[in-house]
Amino acid sequence: MHIPDGFLNTATIATTYAVSAGGIGYAVKEVNKKLKEKQVPLMGVLAAFIFAAQMLNFPIAGGTSGHLIGATLAAILLGPWAAVLIMSCVLIAQCLIFQDGGLLALGANIFNMGIIAPFCGYFLYKLATSLLGDSRKGRLIGGSIGAWGSVVMAAIFCAIELAVSGASPWKVVLPAMAGIHALIGIGEGLITAAALSLVMATRADLWQPLKSMKRSEI
Amino acid sequence: MKWWHWALIASLLLAVLSPLASSSPDGLEKVAENHGFISQAHSAPFQVIADYVFPGIHNETLATILAGLLGTIVVFGIAYGLSWLIRRRRSGHAG
Repeated sequence: MHIPDGFLNTATIATTYAVSAGGIGYAVKEVNKKLKEKQVPLMGVLAAFIFAAQMLNFPIAGGTSGHLIGATLAAILLGPWAAVLIMSCVLIAQCLIFQDGGLLALGANIFNMGIIAPFCGYFLYKLATSLLGDSRKGRLIGGSIGAWGSVVMAAIFCAIELAVSGASPWKVVLPAMAGIHALIGIGEGLITAAALSLVMATRADLWQPLKSMKRSEI
Repeated sequence: MKWWHWALIASLLLAVLSPLASSSPDGLEKVAENHGFISQAHSAPFQVIADYVFPGIHNETLATILAGLLGTIVVFGIAYGLSWLIRRRRSGHAG
């Protein structure tokens, strides 16, 4: 879902850069307050895993592929603000080193996949675990739903930016982006659930304790 | 070995698998192709390791693996270093 340069107009580029810069700045403050020492390696490892997993496009219907975003996985394990920083590291490296996602579109890509996706995924995960219970099953179902929703919501915001920029009409790009990413999101849900169950089986202590979470974090 | 050494090795192994990735267009590219705005895309003003193919290596599989390994290590370093710095600043204030 990395937007290349040429799709977005100047107003959208400027707005998304400003919002993403503000989001990253606030994320640094939040992470500074909350990150524990043992979570520092997890930040690095999650970013590395997400980068590597994003290279592995899986085929979906109709000659299209998709790949993990990973924002929901990071948000569940470390909280949404830490996820903003992890996703920003990945997206900035992809843009500057690998020319994946445009330089002018970087603000929009961080906004969609680095801010919208983790918060949407985290919110749905919290909602699901509060309804289903904070059990192993509840966490895996909540993680899958959150992961799926995060991809669809990021795609909707991507479509909004494309439509506002005049790249494609609203009534075309919005259903097309949401529809195709509703399929790609199933892959995101499966990979997220697999990764979460691996963490639960091996290092359950790394999981962000639920009692320390406040409503303000959502 | 600490747990996260294993997790980093697992991520590097994942990067080694990257040549197996589907080369079909992704969701956004497909939508842009189907609805006629893919031609509006500009290529980057500069290229470092464009499209995850390490430059100067003729074997494309090897070039992709190298790009993946390098990226995984670089991203790990940036995220680890940044988190360490952010935490360190707090300890400084507290002490």
